[in-house]
This record gives sequence, C-alpha cells and structure tokens, in this order.
Amino acid sequence: MDETISIVLFSGTDDKLAAAAVLAAGGAALGRPVKIFLQYWGLNAFRVDSIMSDHGLAPEAGMAGKAAVDAAAKAGQAHWADTLRMAKELGEVDIQACSASMDILKLKATDLDPMVDGVEGVAAFFINAGEGQIVFI
Amino acid sequence: MEIKLKVDASGLSCPLPILKASQGMKTVEQGELIEVIATDPGSVKDFAAWATSTGHALVESSAADGKFRFVLRHK
Repeated sequence: MDETISIVLFSGTDDKLAAAAVLAAGGAALGRPVKIFLQYWGLNAFRVDSIMSDHGLAPEAGMAGKAAVDAAAKAGQAHWADTLRMAKELGEVDIQACSASMDILKLKATDLDPMVDGVEGVAAFFINAGEGQIVFI
Repeated sequence: MEIKLKVDASGLSCPLPILKASQGMKTVEQGELIEVIATDPGSVKDFAAWATSTGHALVESSAADGKFRFVLRHK
C-alpha cells in the first residue's frame, strides 16, 4: 500500500486551511509522506506578506461559527500556518505551488512563505501522489 | 522504569498532542519511556492509533480528573 497522502488545497479560508493542516500534521505524526498541492485561493493564502492575516471562513460558518472559531483562537488554538510548520519539522511534508495558479495570481516564488518547497505542474503532482490517496479541500 | 521525558499537551486540541508526542519521541532512545498528558478527548483513540501505526508501544492509557495520561515506549 502506498502510504502517501496528497492534499489538493484549493480553498483559502482559515477554517479550510486549518482542516488541511490538521490532516497534514496527523499524517506526518504517523510517519506517512504528505504532499500538499496549492491551487488558487489555497495558494493565495500562502503569500508571505499576509499568511497570518484573517482569511475569513467558509460561508456556512455564519455568525455563530465565526464566534466559535474566534473563541478557539483566543483560547490558544494553533494557527494553521504554525501547525503546518510543526508538521514539516516533524515529518515528510512537501508543499508545492501549482504553476498555473502562480501564473493566474501573478505570483513569484519569492512572494510565498518559505514553507512552500517549490512550484510544480499537475503531472508532477500525480506522479508524486503515486498510488496514495488524494484529498481535495 | 523511569519516565525519560514528560510532555504536557494539556489544553491543546487535535492534532497537537500527537505532534508534541512525535517530537518528544524523537529525543529519546530505543526502549525509553515518555509520558504525555492531554485534555483533548480525541487523544485516547488517537494515541492508540498512533502507537499502532508508528510501532511505539502504548504502555499505559488512563484518565483522571479530566486529564488523559499516556505512557509510550520508543520502539
């Protein structure tokens, strides 16, 4: 069995980014290779100048959802970017930016947070995913 | 046997308890014990799964006063 878990991170709201970070960190803690492929708004959230900014929540969160998430952050819940950094220190977590999304958003590699390991196309993504599972967030 | 390292993951939510445990496990030698204290209710099943998957032995899993205590032996 290929234990690699590949996460296609398309969404750019803080709740979905946090959900992806939890999956990546859990996989890393279990010793599984984790690949994260950043597309569109998921990629946009990794801009080095705004990665820690408020990226909002998915529409279904509503007022009550926002209050719950804000309370968790205030209580000391780790920011998704810090969870990902920890996961990278701990295990094999490779974060790649989708080259087409880089082009659409007019981003250069230097615009991205250093935790992003590189830029690749979709063929490289599939080759690296191997026979492992692919999750889309 | 003595506990080589104590990891306090109290107040931390998933997946931080297993991340902290994984970090701690890297600092001890084969056969040595680490203790993890957590308050996340999901950690009971998580530590059992983590031990099964990584091969480290879950020597103890107990709960008292709203806290969970796990003792793990490095494989």
